[in-house]
Formats: sequence, C-alpha cells, structure tokens
Amino acid sequence: MARVVITGQGTINALGKTVPETLEAFREGRCGIGPLDIRDVERLAIQIGGQVHDYDPNAQFNRQQIALYDKYTQFTLIAAQEAIAQAGLSFSGDLAARSGVVLGTAGGGMNTQDENYRAVYEEGKNRVHPFVVPKLMNNAAASHVSMQHNLKGPTFTVATACASSNHAMGQAFQMVRSGLAPVMITGGSESMLCFGGVKAWEGLRVMSKDACRPFSANRNGMVQGEGAAIFVFEEYEHAKARGAEILAEVVGFAMSSDAGDIVMPSKQGASRAMEGAIRDAGIAKMDVGYINAHGTGTAANDKTECAAVADVFGAHADRLMISSTKSMHGHAIGGTGAIELLACIMALKDGVVAPTINYDEPDPECALDVVPNEAREAKVEVALSNAFAFGGLNAVLALRAV
Amino acid sequence: MAQDIQAKVVEIIAEQAVLEPSDVSLDQSLEDLGIDSLGVVESIFAIEEAFDISVPFNANDPSDSDFDISSVAAIVKAVQGLVAEQKG
Repeated sequence: MARVVITGQGTINALGKTVPETLEAFREGRCGIGPLDIRDVERLAIQIGGQVHDYDPNAQFNRQQIALYDKYTQFTLIAAQEAIAQAGLSFSGDLAARSGVVLGTAGGGMNTQDENYRAVYEEGKNRVHPFVVPKLMNNAAASHVSMQHNLKGPTFTVATACASSNHAMGQAFQMVRSGLAPVMITGGSESMLCFGGVKAWEGLRVMSKDACRPFSANRNGMVQGEGAAIFVFEEYEHAKARGAEILAEVVGFAMSSDAGDIVMPSKQGASRAMEGAIRDAGIAKMDVGYINAHGTGTAANDKTECAAVADVFGAHADRLMISSTKSMHGHAIGGTGAIELLACIMALKDGVVAPTINYDEPDPECALDVVPNEAREAKVEVALSNAFAFGGLNAVLALRAV
Repeated sequence: MAQDIQAKVVEIIAEQAVLEPSDVSLDQSLEDLGIDSLGVVESIFAIEEAFDISVPFNANDPSDSDFDISSVAAIVKAVQGLVAEQKG
C-alpha cells in the first residue's frame, strides 16, 4: 500500500480567511463566535454563530461565477485555491486524468434553498433563477473544484451530517493508499448560517444562546459555524519526487455506525471508530498524543466522547491531550472535520496544541486533559481527529508527524 | 381553564407515549412513561403549538431549565404558568 501525505491545506472560517490566520487564532485561543449578521435574525431564538464576517464574494468571484456558486461552493473554491497553490501542483495529462475530488457537506447550497423558498413561498414569486438546481446541489462544490483545477478522476460528495468531512477525507485517503489516484483534493464545506438553517437547529433545543463550552461543567449546547477546509492528499513517492513540502502523513482511518439512535451518541460506536483508526494505522495507542475531539459542547456528546476515549486508551487517556476547537470556530457541520484537521496538522508539524476555550468548570464526566483555554507547546507524534454524526455515523482519521 | 390545560397536556404526553390519556397519571415521570430525550423535545414542541406559547427548555440540561419536566403534574403546572404569563 502506498503512503499518503498532505502537501497543501487551505481554509476560510470564522477564525480566518487563510490557514496562517486560522492557526494564529488557534495559538491565541481566539473566539470567532459572535452575533449573527443574517436576514431575520430577530426572529431566531439563537442569535450567535461562528460566521465568516467581512466577506465580500465580489472581491473573489465575477458575476457569472456568483450566479452559479452558493456560499458553500465559494468557501470551497477559496480554500482549494490556497491548498493547491501551497502544494505547487498543476494538473494535466495522466495526473489530471487520475486525480479527483472528494468533499463533505451536510446541507450543500442551503443559502440558495433558503433564498429561493423565501422568494416563492413568502414573497409569492412564481419564478426563480435558472441556476437554482446546479447552485444548491450537494456535489456543486466538488464539481467546481474539479472544473477549476482540471481534476478528471474520481469526484463526488459525501453527506454524513457532522462527519461528512471525515468520511470524505477517509475516502480520499483510501483512494491514494490503494493506488487508485496519485492525488486527491479533499475536505469539506458548510454554509448553513441562514434563517432556515439556524431555525431548524433551534428546534432540537441543543443550541447554546451564549457560547460553546466543550467539556466544561457549565456547557449548555452547541454553536453553529460555517466555512471550509481543503487538503491535498498525495502519494508519498509522488510528493517526494517533486520535492514537495510534506505537512503530515495520513496513516489510518476507520468508520462505524452505532445502529442505535438517530441523535443520541453511543460510546461503543465512538470507541470502535477510534480503535479501528489506530489498528488501520498500525500504531500503538500510547503513540497518540493529541485527539481533536468532536467536542460539540452538548451534554450528550462530551460525556460520551470522554467515556469512549477512557475506554479505548485506558491509563494513557490521562496522558494524552484532547481539545475541541469548536469552542473557537463553532460547529461547521459537514465542514467541521476538515477545519479541525488543521489543528491536528498544527500539533504534529508546529508542536502547538490548540486549546478548548471557554473552559470554566471541571466536569467529573469529562476528566481528561482538554487543554483548557490556552494553547500548549508539545511534541506530538500521532493525532486523531474524531467526528461523530447524527445518525450514529462515526469517522476517525489518524495522522502522523513526518 | 386550568382543567382544560391539564387535559390537553395529558393528551399530548399520552400520544407521545402511545397510551390512552386515562393511562397517564399525574405523578408519573416522562421516563416512567417510556418517553426518551427526543420524545421530550417533541412533546414540548406539541405543547408550544397547542397553547401558542414559548417554552424555555434546553435539552442539554433539563434540570437546569426554567421548565420543570420532573413529572406530568410538574409539566401541567409549568404550562399553566406559561399560559398565564404569555397569554394573560
């Protein structure tokens, strides 16, 4: 099996419009969550989110492009441009024919749906823009990355709610590892911060009105975010031959399904996914120095996830670090795993572990080292990235320092 | 009015528990009736719709919410209070 390395990364999210800006926010423990600036916000019970502010699509895209690109696609293309530029790759010939794109999103073009439903239902219009369908479809972002960068190999979108990005990156990893593709562009994107998107989440009554406080005893729910992160997964020999800078190696991936409840998480399902990723990576548990938690800040997730980590790692659970960067960028739903992978790569490459901010009070049910409030310098050999979705679908990636 | 509210709340809870209203007693908890966390959230939604009120309830920590769901009687009392407050 081929080795798989990451040679490019890009992002736009509430913490920054590039990777360096985002990593700086991680290091400083900065919070990107604040008042939402969206239409009809006064009719929402939840009025905060990890929104990308001061964002002007006209600065990035022309009128024809904006007519076709929902915000989730725009975020994807901005992040993909940064990632592919860093990797220094251009795609032509056989490389283009065999390389592809696998992306995760839960809602796809949610803003497009929201705007157009509003037009026909609320405003009583009987006509919508001709590009509504190609703009809102869940594979639009993957297709536009493919078109913009001439990627002609396997290209599709994965939708597994909050685990979409991790499932997508797992597919990309397996494709490169198996020799199916020399390079895969992967990651995820979400832009659900519109009236309908937030209103739907409100209904579940798991949202916080004031802050995301993962693992803290006074946590009171999740906070939605938005954004994208995109990576270049490349076969190791291919990257080495062209002298590319290697950011980290992807060494393992596993998925599991709880087959239990549509919203409540399961300790066994989470444990099986972490165990599977460690086994797939062929590493020892004690090599894992950092876990980027799913860490949503809900009562249910955080205690279940901590119990699963304690079960999987035994005594080593007390030595490893586990943090939730959702406290800073919010829960970017189908894009969240990709944004969180940036924190894993920062830990491995730069030796800085991103903190869990807003940590006020210890919770005996989350008694692990959650890297409270301040980033920490540490040498990390292996990092895991957890994603546990509604529907009981779990996906865990394992990365190693190079 | 108070009796009407009680009858309606019991009806909503009974429907969620797949029971007849006569099989629901006021001292039972939702757990006793076999209603899980998703069922609680759905019941509260039905109560909000039935009485046109807004119920303060966070599923992350039901015990910390202003809305007491410890028994059917507690829910009836809380809904009576909210109706008086929001519709009075």
